[in-house]
Amino acid sequence: MSESLGTTGLVLNEPLLWERGKKGRCGFSMPAGDVPSSPLPAELTGDGPDFPDLSEIEVVRHYTRLSTWNFGVDTGLYPLGSCTMKYNPKINEKLAGLRGFAAAHPLLPSVLSQGALQLVFDLERFLAEITGLDAVTLQPAAGAQGELTGMLIIHAYHRLRGKQRTKILIPDTAHGTNPASAALCGYLPVPVPSGPDGILLPETVVGLMDSETAGIMITNPNTLGLFEANIREIARIVHDRGGLVYGDGANMNAVLGVVKPGAVGVDILHLNLHKTFSTPHGGGGPGAGPVAVRKDLVRFLPVPRVVERNGAYELSEGFPESVGRVMAFHGHFGVLLRAHAYILSMGPDGLKQVSRLAVLNANYIREKLKDVLHPAFDRPCMHECVFSDQNQQETGITTLEMAKRLIDYGYHPPTIYFPLVVHGAIMIEPTETETKEDLDGFIEAFRSVVREAGENPGVIREAPVRCKLRRVDETAAARNPCLTG
Amino acid sequence: MKKIEEIQLPEELRYSPDHEWVRPEGDLARVGLTDYAQDQLGDIVYVELPAVGIHIAQGAVFATVESVKSVSECFMPLAGEIAAVNGPLSDDPVLLNQSPYGDGWMVMVKPDDPAAVSQLLTAEAYLARLKGGV
Amino acid sequence: MRYLPHTDGDIAAMLGTVGLKELDDLFAAVPGDCRFKGALQLPEAMSEWALEELVGRLAGRMAVSPEYSVFLGAGSYDHYIPATVSSLLGRSEFVTSYTPYQPEMLQGTLQGIYEYQTLAARLMGMEVATASHYDGATALAEALLMAVRITGRKKVALSRAIHPHYRQVVRTYFAPTGYELLELPYLETGLTDLDRIREIQDLAAVAVQSPNFFGCIENLPAAAQRAHSGGALLVSGFTEALAFGLLKSPGSQGADIVAGEGQSLGIPRSFGGPALGMLASRKRHMRSLPGRLVGKTKDRDGKRGFVLTLATREQHIRREKATSNICSNNSLCALAAAMYMASIGGTGIRELASLNHDKAEYLKNALRDAGCPIRFSGPTFNEFVVRFPGGFDAAYRHLLEKRIVAGLSLGGYYPELADHGLLCVTETCSREAMDRLVEEVTA
Repeated sequence: MSESLGTTGLVLNEPLLWERGKKGRCGFSMPAGDVPSSPLPAELTGDGPDFPDLSEIEVVRHYTRLSTWNFGVDTGLYPLGSCTMKYNPKINEKLAGLRGFAAAHPLLPSVLSQGALQLVFDLERFLAEITGLDAVTLQPAAGAQGELTGMLIIHAYHRLRGKQRTKILIPDTAHGTNPASAALCGYLPVPVPSGPDGILLPETVVGLMDSETAGIMITNPNTLGLFEANIREIARIVHDRGGLVYGDGANMNAVLGVVKPGAVGVDILHLNLHKTFSTPHGGGGPGAGPVAVRKDLVRFLPVPRVVERNGAYELSEGFPESVGRVMAFHGHFGVLLRAHAYILSMGPDGLKQVSRLAVLNANYIREKLKDVLHPAFDRPCMHECVFSDQNQQETGITTLEMAKRLIDYGYHPPTIYFPLVVHGAIMIEPTETETKEDLDGFIEAFRSVVREAGENPGVIREAPVRCKLRRVDETAAARNPCLTG
Repeated sequence: MKKIEEIQLPEELRYSPDHEWVRPEGDLARVGLTDYAQDQLGDIVYVELPAVGIHIAQGAVFATVESVKSVSECFMPLAGEIAAVNGPLSDDPVLLNQSPYGDGWMVMVKPDDPAAVSQLLTAEAYLARLKGGV
Repeated sequence: MRYLPHTDGDIAAMLGTVGLKELDDLFAAVPGDCRFKGALQLPEAMSEWALEELVGRLAGRMAVSPEYSVFLGAGSYDHYIPATVSSLLGRSEFVTSYTPYQPEMLQGTLQGIYEYQTLAARLMGMEVATASHYDGATALAEALLMAVRITGRKKVALSRAIHPHYRQVVRTYFAPTGYELLELPYLETGLTDLDRIREIQDLAAVAVQSPNFFGCIENLPAAAQRAHSGGALLVSGFTEALAFGLLKSPGSQGADIVAGEGQSLGIPRSFGGPALGMLASRKRHMRSLPGRLVGKTKDRDGKRGFVLTLATREQHIRREKATSNICSNNSLCALAAAMYMASIGGTGIRELASLNHDKAEYLKNALRDAGCPIRFSGPTFNEFVVRFPGGFDAAYRHLLEKRIVAGLSLGGYYPELADHGLLCVTETCSREAMDRLVEEVTA
């Protein structure tokens, strides 16, 4: 293996927090009391939580060591399909730390929070322009909550029209959040099979869309990395039968400046700021899931909303048909301001170039691997490419095992076993921020893994061997759950 | 995973197309998952069983079986009232993998129509379906 | 653009590989009538320095200490954040990683979240805590949906002394479900009127918040007893996690599910988010919990390790039958809270919570002595409701001119509390600042 690939590593051990420390230590600079003590009645007070007492250096070493067991985008290529692990700009982190924002209370009067309100107002306008829709709420905390907000809007829309509907159409390639979000609103998800080319066919939708169906949820580009080319026709069918079209904008990073969902029939769309707009994933969150809607659905957006009057911004609750509040305050403002900074850093041309290069990188990988991995569909992809495990069937090596072996080469594995409609799916999304050299390294590594699957399967079954841990026992964890120490 | 020939299918049991087996015991019937089903599911980590006393229709879900990354529903092979459940299975789901026809049984049911058992598949017919890839 | 590494040569070579001439040929699958052919109407790209100046200007239009004295709490609290927490949390191995679906290469996040779950469970006095939720309000909504699932009942009683925004979020989540929400009034003490529970049949849950929105400490054992005697679960909420450094934990007083906001534990207010939804339950309800969980296990060599577990509850496996649609956790915020709890320690959190309580009592007493009635008689933590002579809103406006934000006006939330305000004091508030507030109010 070349010196530029894989790991050689110094991995230090580190115990659990409560296996360290001594009673009486403290890693916190305790402020001096400047008022008299005023004890509470004894029946209300407890002994305090059983936390370990640690010194500052112990805390610092603990988390520094833990961090070295982690792999982030800053560490290396992270081609997780559907997750868009692009570079997270440092300037955005710096701006989020500005005291005026970081220390701002969410209930400050409008006159004392003009900066944050303007930022929210501007970002809403930017996202409306990008999506081709009329208004945006930034309150939803994540893509899944954006979906829930969208479903609540659909629910409110049908209720106001006098007849609630019971079902919603969801393609078989959808993320699991789609049916789960619809179910929270009492809608029965009706699966829509995709056609032989991996995209939805209008005739399938015609057969399923009836007067009991509230609408359709479409991810476009879909989770196979393909553009739903029949979107306009499908939207027309759904609209003609009184339904609404919900766009899952999880993959909007493929079509910035190329497609405006609002112009192709989408009525409601959520965006994942932690994907398309470069905010960090943080090991699982926090994200943000703004929702954009067309004009006649604006009245249903969550409150409070930022409104402008004579150059000043204020929060308004004056939307009686709103679905209500979905978060205690204004959503994940700290995430919003990073996305705002990203859009301003990129500008309109930069954003369009993002999508072009994301699609270029994905197709480049697809082309360079298609002789060793079986492409799920024999056609170019958008921002991610999907392979099945068909070519590996004979070796007996599974998708999971190949993924684990990639770790030894120093790469985060792609998304595996999703979408469900592709057997042993391998879903690769390199994103636009990766260099050609890094893509070539990843391609070389993957080809090497495929070779090993045929020639030396033992080494794959043992992988990974260069991490903090060998393969972990997920079955034991689930059979006898131990969730606290 | 086992090859079809390696699947154990006791002759004296009856089978459903949904991979449950039934063994008549007096006026009750014991129900469990077939060796084929447990093998397909892989390491089973959790089994959720119904409450004793409730009535379950034929073809309705009476239990769920979980592996690390999947949830499978089990469908009642014959209508009736749940007379008993295999309590130890909840604490030790590995029994279902180790002994699908023995300690890994799932429920005892009091069938509405004891004769309905005879309408289920024989071991031979079930095996034929497995070979047919159904 | 510096985030896009491709040279013209790279692009030409890669287009050659995929057999295309121009970048726009990559979008051949997008039909012409779906293409946007214009230019996005967005500001032109800014340099790093121009952007910093612009955003810096916006940040400068916010009222924060030390220029302002801010006596606002109501679900978002000003506590000191140790430099260690900010510094360690900024490590990009934590910041730029994804959900740990490949546990071997994300043991840092996994052990960190397992430690968070443990410390969070100890803080709330519960057996199991999740890997976190969006915020306290959504955690409460999820907790109540969980209680509906567990009990099979469809009615929930919410104390009117729960944060009004939290109740609004619960209403939003419940609106399409057909489940019924009832409200329990509050008494002259500022505590929830628990007697009303007896009058309601078939409740899935009784939800209270302690300390409640008015800062008053609820009688949780009585609430638990009333809830349980009718077969309902007690869901105990909170907005000020630091309170449990001093108060008895909700778990030790009979709560079945605990849900609240952990922003106080080392997370900046950041205009309200991201913060930290905390959710905990008894072990017997573990499989009904929404959201992610990290569990302990071993690797092939028998070494201790951690992994996401019980995933069959979640949407990516169970889809429409999942316990929730949630697909993320506020992981980085949970990690911040764990770092904070580790830094302050068991001894420290009690000392800090006591100091918070002492300071709030100081201001409460000083205002009362100065002729401002304290509305509720019940004991409080960090926050209290006060009436200013001459009306709260007039005094509030006057104080704004003096660069004092005198809490939150309550009339909009509780018409019967017009003229009243909710004030908050934490360890960051000096005695001088409090004295100045009292002086200005009585001036």
